[in-house]
Amino acid sequence: MGELNTEPAIDAPDDFYAELLAMHEGLSKDESDAINARLILILMNQIADREVLGQAMAAARTPGTV
Amino acid sequence: MNKIFEVPLYPYARVADQDADAPVRHAVIVVGAGPVGLAAAIDLAQAGHQVVVLDDNDKVSWGSRAVCYAKRPLEILDRLGCGQPMVDKGVVWNRGRVFYDEREVYDFDLLPEEGHRRPAFINLQQYYFEQHLVDRARALEADGAPIELRGGNKVASIDAGADRVTLQVETPDGAYTVQADWVIACDGAASPIRAMMGLDFVGRVFEDNFLIADVVMEAGFPTERWFWFDPPFNRGQSALLHKQPDNVWRIDLQLGWDIDKEEEKKPENVIPRLKAMLGEDAQFELEWVSIYTFQCRRMEKFRHGRVLFAGDAAHQVSPFGARGANSGLQDTDNLCWKLGLVMDGKAPESLLDSYDEERIRGADENILNSTRSTDFITPKSDMSRIFRNAVLDLSEHYAFARPLVNSGRLSVPCVYDGSSLNGADALDGGPDRSRPGAPCPDAPLGNGFLLDRLGGGFALLTIDVDAPETIDMHGITSNRVAMSARDDPSGALAERYLGSASGAVYLIRPDQHVAARWPSYDEAAVKAAITSATGRA
Ligand SMILES: Cc1cc2nc3c(=O)[nH]c(=O)nc-3n(C[C@H](O)[C@H](O)[C@H](O)COP(=O)(O)OP(=O)(O)OC[C@H]3O[C@@H](n4cnc5c(N)ncnc54)[C@H](O)[C@@H]3O)c2cc1C
Repeated sequence: MGELNTEPAIDAPDDFYAELLAMHEGLSKDESDAINARLILILMNQIADREVLGQAMAAARTPGTV
Repeated sequence: MNKIFEVPLYPYARVADQDADAPVRHAVIVVGAGPVGLAAAIDLAQAGHQVVVLDDNDKVSWGSRAVCYAKRPLEILDRLGCGQPMVDKGVVWNRGRVFYDEREVYDFDLLPEEGHRRPAFINLQQYYFEQHLVDRARALEADGAPIELRGGNKVASIDAGADRVTLQVETPDGAYTVQADWVIACDGAASPIRAMMGLDFVGRVFEDNFLIADVVMEAGFPTERWFWFDPPFNRGQSALLHKQPDNVWRIDLQLGWDIDKEEEKKPENVIPRLKAMLGEDAQFELEWVSIYTFQCRRMEKFRHGRVLFAGDAAHQVSPFGARGANSGLQDTDNLCWKLGLVMDGKAPESLLDSYDEERIRGADENILNSTRSTDFITPKSDMSRIFRNAVLDLSEHYAFARPLVNSGRLSVPCVYDGSSLNGADALDGGPDRSRPGAPCPDAPLGNGFLLDRLGGGFALLTIDVDAPETIDMHGITSNRVAMSARDDPSGALAERYLGSASGAVYLIRPDQHVAARWPSYDEAAVKAAITSATGRA
C-alpha cells in the first residue's frame, strides 16, 4: 500500500502549470468544471491505489490533515 | 533635502560639435543614460572605442524604479569595473515569505550555491545603481578613455543611412546635427528613436495598476521579501514589501484597473493604505510614490542596420521577477564586444545579427516568465483564480504546491542554446550547465574567483590540459587561463567545468559565455570555434 507523496515531483513546474491553465482557456465555468471532474477521474484511475486516493481526498478536503 | 535624484550629475554644457561647420562624426553614439545606456558606454570606452552618450535629462532615475539586481548582472558590473561599490551599498537577501489572506503560508530560502563571488541578489535603489555607473564613466574619462556624457541633449530626429547615422539634437542653446557610425538606442520603454523610425513594439497590455511607494522608516521588519496574495489590508489584490539600503522600503500595492491615478497618488490617499498595511502607529516618510501599469512586449528585431536597440527600448516586461534592468545589462554585455570587433574590422558586420538572435531569445524567456508571474498574481479567468487559490491553500501544508506559487521568478541569465556562434560540444561527461551558449559559472580559486580571471576578451580556459599561452586568429588574441585541480580547493571548478572528464579546454567569449569545449587542445578545432564565434562561419 502506498503513501501520498506531498513533495514536489513534477519537472518544470511553471510549464506544467501553464499547460494546466491553457486547457481551460476560453471555456465557460460549466465546461471547465466538467473537464476538472473528468481529469480527476482519469488521474485517480492512473493512481489506482485506494489508500493513496483516500489520503489525497482527505488532503484536498481539509489541507493539513494528511 | 536634496535627494541624489534631484542633483544634476551630467548637466548640459556646450560642446565643440555645436559650433562645427559640418556635422562631427563619432564612432558610437548611445542615446539614453539610463542603466543600459551607461553600461553600453562604459563597456565600449573601456575597450578603447570612442563613445558619446546623449540624454535629454541630466540626473539619475527619478525615484527608484528597479530595486533587485541578480548575480549575472553583478558579474557583468564587475567586468565593467563597478560591481564592488554596488554590492557594498546594496542589501543582500535570501529569504522570502508568502502570505495568503490573513496568514503566512510558507517561507523559503533562495539557498544560493556556494562558491560564487556574487550573491544571488542585491537590492539597491536604481538611482544609486545609475550613480555608480556615472562615477565609473567619469573615472574612465579622467583616465583618458574616449567617453563623453552630454546631458540636456535630446535627440529630435534620426536618419539611419547605409554608412552612417545622422541625429538632430536639441539643447538649451538650440539644435545641432551630429553623426555616428553606430547608434545604440537605450532611450527607454517609450523609445522616441523607435517611434521616429516607425518600428513596431507589440505585445500584451496588462489591465492593472500598481501603487509603488518607497518609504523611509525605522522598522523591525527583517531583510526579507514579503509577498501577500489577497491580504486583509488590500482585499482581492496583492502586496509586496522589500528592503533597500538607507532604511528605504519598497511597497508595491496592486490597485486594479478601474482607478483614478491622480487621486490614488495623493499622500492623503496613499498614507491610509500604508497604515493599513504597516500598522496605525507606523512612522514613515514617503520618498517616492508612483502608479505604474505595464506591458510585456518586444521589438521584432533589435538590429536595424546601424541602429541597435537595447534595454527597455527593445523589450519591456512586468516588474515581477526583476528582469528589466537585469536583462538590459545582458543586452549590452552581448552587444558591445561584437560591435567592438566589427568596428576594428576583425569580424564581419553580420556578427551583429547574432545580437538579435541571442538577445531576442533572452527577451522571449523574460517575457514568458514575467507574463506567467503576472497571470498568477492577477488571474485572468475564474478558473485560473480557483487554481491559484488552491495552490496557495495547499502550499501552507504541502511542499509540492510551493514551486507552483509564482510571485515572480528570479532573473537568471539565458543560455544561448543553438546559437549560430556556438562551436563544438566535444567534452564527454562535461556538465550541462557549462555547455556551449551557457554563461560561465563562477568558481573560487583559492585567493580569487574564476570570472575575474577570464576578463573581457576571448579566453581559452584549460583545466589540466596543455595549450599555447595565446592563440591569434583574425587579428583576435585569445589568452589562455590555465587551471589545474590544484587551483580548486573546493572542487567547484571540477564540478562546474569537468563533470566526469579528467581535463578540459573551453573557448570563452568576451561576454563570458561558453563558445565551445573539448577534452584536449587541438589548434584547428579551437580556430574553427573562434571563426564561428565571430560570425564568420
Ligand atoms: C516599478 C518598477 C520596478 C522595477 N523593478 C526592477 C527590478 O527590481 N529589477 C530590474 O532589473 N528592473 C526593474 N525595473 C525595470 C527597470 O527600471 C528598467 O528596465 C530600466 O530602467 C531600463 O533601463 P534603460 O536604460 O533601458 O531605460 P531607462 O532607464 O528608461 O532610460 C532611458 C533614458 O533615455 C533618455 N531618453 C529618452 N528619450 C530621449 C531622447 N529623445 N534623447 C535623449 N535621451 C532620451 C531618458 O532621459 C532616460 O535617461 C522596474 C521598473 C519599474 C517601473
